[in-house]
Amino acid sequence: MSWVLDLALRTVAVLGFLVFTVLFLIWLERKVLGRIQMRMGPMRTAPFGVLQSVADALKLVLKEGLRPDGADRWVYHLGPVVAVLPALMVWVTIPLAGGLVVQDMRLGVFYIVAISGVSVVGMVMAGWSSNNKYALLGAARTAAQMISYELPLVLALLGVVMLAQSLSLGDIVEQQSPWPYLLLQPLSFALFLIAGLAELARNPFDIYHADTEIVGGPFVEYSGIRWAMFFMAEYVNLFAISALAALLFLGGWKGPLLPDVVWLLTKTYAFVLFIIWLRATLPRLRIDQLMALAWRYLVPLAFANILVIAFYLYYQMPGWTLSLASLAMAGIALVPLYRHWSGRAPARTRTADRGGLPKVESRA
Amino acid sequence: MSDYTLDYAAVAIAGVAGLGVVFLSFFLSHILSPRRPSAQKATPYECGMLPQGKFWDQLHLRYYLFAIFFLIFDVELVFLFPWALVFLGAGPAVFFEMVLFIGVLAFALVYGLKKGALKWQ
Repeated sequence: MSWVLDLALRTVAVLGFLVFTVLFLIWLERKVLGRIQMRMGPMRTAPFGVLQSVADALKLVLKEGLRPDGADRWVYHLGPVVAVLPALMVWVTIPLAGGLVVQDMRLGVFYIVAISGVSVVGMVMAGWSSNNKYALLGAARTAAQMISYELPLVLALLGVVMLAQSLSLGDIVEQQSPWPYLLLQPLSFALFLIAGLAELARNPFDIYHADTEIVGGPFVEYSGIRWAMFFMAEYVNLFAISALAALLFLGGWKGPLLPDVVWLLTKTYAFVLFIIWLRATLPRLRIDQLMALAWRYLVPLAFANILVIAFYLYYQMPGWTLSLASLAMAGIALVPLYRHWSGRAPARTRTADRGGLPKVESRA
Repeated sequence: MSDYTLDYAAVAIAGVAGLGVVFLSFFLSHILSPRRPSAQKATPYECGMLPQGKFWDQLHLRYYLFAIFFLIFDVELVFLFPWALVFLGAGPAVFFEMVLFIGVLAFALVYGLKKGALKWQ
């Protein structure tokens, strides 16, 4: 039975690491956002405010948990559990270095896709059961956004899986030892990053909990520890998407001189900081723009990408052809986007609104 | 001890441990936090105004259209994953059948876009 003990100890270690990481990420985000907006960020709790997240966590534990009148009791209480549990369980198979993982599953990537898809159910449960029309609207938007962007995200992962011919994250990292997959398929990387941002509901894709129009989205009626669970899920997912981007496209823990863990954490935190930077910089997309981006651009592009990778592998072409084809497709996809945003869209889309991306009336 | 047993055991243990973390924090909050319910606190939040109208309202049909489209493509993805791992050694028939399959669905997507089924308005 020693293997059960081994798995249990590894699981507890990973959960401890995640809780610590979430506290650190919240502090980091507040501090970086503050500096970008020419503020100081947290200052009072310990030097540089490093204990701010601990103080926040304590406050949330000590806060009264309210349940609004007429809310569906069971669904309301289970919502946060269903949202946070998949976020934690995904970390079973995400390695921090070679062998530094609970269990490097053979079905790793497929497991991550399957489990992380469950989170949206928790958020819809929360929004539907709250007996609040803004929460309900937020839940509907959550479902629409999550399922629309899940397709390009999974197809980008599929491209990596086809190249590596394995679903195990350990194998995928080993396959990238001379050249990371970023160089081989830049388009998959771009798709993964855009769809990943949307799955995380970070700017510019944060329409479903847009504070200025539907107050807090599905979580508006939650307080105290239950609200903290949604928050924890959000930051654990942020770290998971960043770690996956580093593992699948940047060669994971491979790198000269420094230890493996340091390389992976460096690459992961580079993505985390990039995502925080985007939050401070970009305005949010309207919901019709959001859906148009997914269905008119990302999904067709992702399918074309899969076909190109399949032909590349089947006819055993040299590596540079795939890089070139990937870049060319990304370039072609940018043309209609540029035309939409610069107001040079073809006449038929300008006169009749076909639900496309925003049209700037520059020549009106 | 096969690898798959270990894989599933790891998932089960992580599920139990994750639930443990969640319910431990719920329990801590339950014994530490105050409970003083009142009618005002239990009112659904609408930016400080008294709530108006129905809460469980009807949603627009467009949400269901997107859900159906998602279902079509998600089922396709389930077929694509096993194919992606075996198609290199399985001969031309396996390869071109999947190309045809993706082609048919791509046609459906283009048709849907042209018909305006995926238009958000």
